[in-house]
Amino acid sequence: MTINEVQDNIIEEFSLFDDWMDKYNVLIDMGKGLPVIDPKFKVKDYLIEGCQSKVWLHPEYDGNVISFRADSDAIITRGIVALLIKVLSGRTPDEIIKADLYFIDRIGLRQNLSPTRSNGLLAMVRQMKLYAMAFKAQGTGHRAQGIF
Amino acid sequence: MKDISEIRADFPLLQRRIYDKPLIYFDNGATTQKPLCVLDAVREVYTNYNGNVHRGVHAMSDLTSEAYEKAREKVRLFINAGKREEIVFTSGTTGSINCIAFSFGERYIKPDDEIILSNLEHHANIVPWQMMCERKGAILKVIPVNDNGEILFNEYLKLFSKRTRIVAVTQASNALGTILPVKKIIKAAHAQNIPVLIDGAQGVQHGIVDVQALDCDFYVFSGHKIYGPTGTGVLYGKEKWLSELPPYQGGGDMVEKVTFDKTTYNELPFKFEAGTMNYAGAIGLGTALDYVTNLGREEIALREKMLLDHATKRLSAINELRIFGNSLNKISTISFLLRDIHQYDTGMILDKLGIAVRTGTHCAQPVMDRFGIEGTVRVSMCFYNTIEEIDVLGTGIEKVISMFS
Repeated sequence: MTINEVQDNIIEEFSLFDDWMDKYNVLIDMGKGLPVIDPKFKVKDYLIEGCQSKVWLHPEYDGNVISFRADSDAIITRGIVALLIKVLSGRTPDEIIKADLYFIDRIGLRQNLSPTRSNGLLAMVRQMKLYAMAFKAQGTGHRAQGIF
Repeated sequence: MKDISEIRADFPLLQRRIYDKPLIYFDNGATTQKPLCVLDAVREVYTNYNGNVHRGVHAMSDLTSEAYEKAREKVRLFINAGKREEIVFTSGTTGSINCIAFSFGERYIKPDDEIILSNLEHHANIVPWQMMCERKGAILKVIPVNDNGEILFNEYLKLFSKRTRIVAVTQASNALGTILPVKKIIKAAHAQNIPVLIDGAQGVQHGIVDVQALDCDFYVFSGHKIYGPTGTGVLYGKEKWLSELPPYQGGGDMVEKVTFDKTTYNELPFKFEAGTMNYAGAIGLGTALDYVTNLGREEIALREKMLLDHATKRLSAINELRIFGNSLNKISTISFLLRDIHQYDTGMILDKLGIAVRTGTHCAQPVMDRFGIEGTVRVSMCFYNTIEEIDVLGTGIEKVISMFS
């Protein structure tokens, strides 16, 4: 599936719910389902600024695609992180850099999350794209550890 | 006191709905909503008589200056200051404290001098002192608190030394709600000839404040937390201090005579009011104080106590809810956490239920550190809140717990 196909699937899934509580229940479930991250990545180097709750994001590049792993201390944030990982993890740096993440608006995340949280969401996207740019520039299969 | 439905009708914003539900506003510690009379007063400035204060020979300037000085008199009466010279308008509590921390530091602080604060302070009553300490090589001393969130008075007394220069404490903790024994704190400091600044940001709106009875040297508060416009604040200082302190900012209106060689400063309180003040806001603040006075300050305190008691009882009945700050003497603020649920998750769901609470550290990280937590959910109530709203909150909290289990 392309990035846009995954986005369209998410939009369809969220369109089943009119009520915001139901949408949050989906986010909570996704948050609970997000695979746990190795505690050694839950350190300051991988912490994303701009979130009221903490988010740790760890990229791994195999020379072809970037795999993201992430965690948050708040479950709703974990749910949002899970969505972003669904869309952007396992993609090439070019795909990630070029991705237009229209699903954020379409499922109403941008409007309905409070501004600080929304900034956190944007900070997450920005960080994922920065990693992609760095890996692209680097052009090798080195792990990102320690360089950011 | 007016009937609660009449009171609520005075506040346009309380009529609104959010997410198709009635708005329940429990973030009054951050800012309060405004009664229509305050909005009208500000509007009237701009529609009827706007002119810059103390400047013009023309009627508009005169009318505005008159209204501005009338607002100052209202503030003076509200906190029972002795003289109008002791009332300085500022941009808010933060502005007031920065002014004193700077000016007091310039005038009196030397290397190794000590400033006493409490563990319950808002960042606004920590950082300006810290900045001054860095500049002057002075040191902060902190009054510790117990598990209920009350200051340890005996520990406070032990902090005094020959190097103590000023005590700056909050009247009530914004994060936990604890009311501090400020009168005792002031008396103990004065026994050692040390002046005291009281941060009234969370105090002035909840009861009667009499700066002469308190005998505090400085008292500061924000207009927007007492139903007035944002960007307004008050700095009360005893005349002897304000006369001795150098001005904080330079600019128009605070000067007597300016040449390139030397400038002499205007008399009090104008020495501390540099540049064009937020006079429309100050005039609105005067109206807000009238509103509070007319409602009855004792009645407000009683009503808020009733709300606090009801909310404490309702929330305490919820299993897995832990309240931080269990002093018997509190403003109508409750800080809590649910089980292992992140405060942000709780706040997000309550928001979707139409309930506005604050989450996070409440600009009081040292308080959070004291309790070993990263933040809380804070419910800060005021007189226009209702028992019914508290009950909706209770049900909402129970829903949050079920959603996250």
